[in-house]
Amino acid sequence: MLQEYLPLLIIFLIALLVGIIAMLLGYLFGPKRPTRRKSAPYESGMVPYGPGRRRMSVRFYLIAVLFILFDIEVIFVISWATVVRQVGVPGLIAMAIFLGLLEVAHLYAWKKGALEWE
Amino acid sequence: MSINDFLAILPVLVVLVTGVLVMVADVFLPEGRKGIAALLSGLGLAAGLGAALAAVPSTGTAFAGMVVADGFSLFLDALFAAVGLVGIGLAYDYFKRMRLQRGEYYTLLLFSIGGMMLMGHANDLVMFFLALELLSIPLYILSGFFRARLASQEAALKYFLLGAFSSGFVLYGIAMVFGGTASINLEGIVAAVRDGSANLTFLLVGAALLVVGFAFKVSAVPFHAWTPDVYEGAPSPLTGFMSSATKAAGFAALIRLLLVVFPALGENLAPVVSGLAALTMIAGNLIALVQTNIKRLLAYSSIAHAGYLLIGLVAVNSSAAGDAVAAMLFYLVGYAIANLGAWSVVVAAEQAEGRGLELEDYSGLGRKYPWLGVAMLVFMLSFIGVPLTLGFWGKLYLFRVALESGLFGLAVIGIAASLVSAYYYLRVVVYMFFRDGEGVARRDVWLNLIAIGSAAAVVLMALVPGDLLQVAAQAVLRVP
Repeated sequence: MLQEYLPLLIIFLIALLVGIIAMLLGYLFGPKRPTRRKSAPYESGMVPYGPGRRRMSVRFYLIAVLFILFDIEVIFVISWATVVRQVGVPGLIAMAIFLGLLEVAHLYAWKKGALEWE
Repeated sequence: MSINDFLAILPVLVVLVTGVLVMVADVFLPEGRKGIAALLSGLGLAAGLGAALAAVPSTGTAFAGMVVADGFSLFLDALFAAVGLVGIGLAYDYFKRMRLQRGEYYTLLLFSIGGMMLMGHANDLVMFFLALELLSIPLYILSGFFRARLASQEAALKYFLLGAFSSGFVLYGIAMVFGGTASINLEGIVAAVRDGSANLTFLLVGAALLVVGFAFKVSAVPFHAWTPDVYEGAPSPLTGFMSSATKAAGFAALIRLLLVVFPALGENLAPVVSGLAALTMIAGNLIALVQTNIKRLLAYSSIAHAGYLLIGLVAVNSSAAGDAVAAMLFYLVGYAIANLGAWSVVVAAEQAEGRGLELEDYSGLGRKYPWLGVAMLVFMLSFIGVPLTLGFWGKLYLFRVALESGLFGLAVIGIAASLVSAYYYLRVVVYMFFRDGEGVARRDVWLNLIAIGSAAAVVLMALVPGDLLQVAAQAVLRVP
């Protein structure tokens, strides 16, 4: 059974090899004239200012969490939609319960003001 | 999916639906009327308790074998609902006093209780994991409920990190068991072991990892490091609830796993669990001796009691299995009652900003508030296992089971550890009655009711221990 995965392993090894060769060639034959500007982190061609790790507003995290909530909803709804005829009424009820619970979460987030940006 | 599936886990559903209702109701409640959330939660838990008590103990599986309903799970449903009710009673006045009365506390508490109940019903390793997370995640949040208090934040983070760590053990254990038996359903695992198609090495590794994961939850030494810090930093009413209920949930999972799923591994696992039991009893009691903070003292006391309970777990795979489960359930009930009572006294004596928690602060409290003092005396005697208390009978039944199944060493360690524990338990009483101090306690109806009611229960139920043991003995597990 594991033999079926052998081609995958070969592709993986070739990919690794190609990457290593490309980097090795550049390292061996490429000219190296480093300047301060060149060794600085790349920031769209601008002169970098400030550290790369900056504090983000906590509000983004809230948005991200809400996004995950509805993202997962979509995953479930789509997989349910593909088999909606086979699962029938029990599936519909289960989906209604699931969506109902999500709507409760939505209501809670809304009333708590999580959707307002100020 | 039929109506019978839902009926099988009716108490769980009642509690979880109440949790959702309280969450919605809370956002519409005006500031200052948040007590209604507590009332709603109490009603929901009472309904859940009623559903558990009224249910006919049948044995069967539901949701395609994912959950099981049997005497054991019903017993635990009732226990968790009852502990939850007391937990709300502990919290109500406390959070009002601390100006932190928020509906979320009750919502999360209900979700956690739902997870604990589900743990008793789990008949599938994935359900065990789901129940574990459902009971743990709300507790992580609740431990940090005092957002502005550094100790509370530390407790939440520590509990979360170590809890996630232990969940990892459980997951690896599930993966190994699946690798060994090609099934995550308890019936499938048992069948694979029976017909010899299981890889016992994988199964043993998986079982060991699962035991480690749940040993974290019951705070067995050496997996106890989080317990004192979390118990100290978390709000006191939560700690009271957590130390009574989470331990029962962890043992529920361990009992079902060791009794139903891994009886074939009994000989391999018994030395490990025995070692855990001995270590937990010795270390828990010895470290408790030097504690000066009441919350840390009770935390180490709860570790020590997990050690006594682990003796029963060793005996689960012996010929006295039925007696062992009954004795453990009896002990869990007795411990929960005394523990909730003791925490009600702690909650009553706690002042703002976490003051009033040192043993010094308890000086003279017993003489000033004789009812609280006498109640605390009863709880401490029950913890030690002095005759005429529920704790005595709990230990008697556990040690009897240990002797029946030939665990003389563990029984001797248990008795010796109980003797040592008398020192630190009685020290609390000595401070309360024989020292002079300025200590003040809150006179709150609910707290007094819990303290006096629990003390009465500890003494009165000790008069008819056989009846309670009879009830516990009927809480049998479904063995496929």
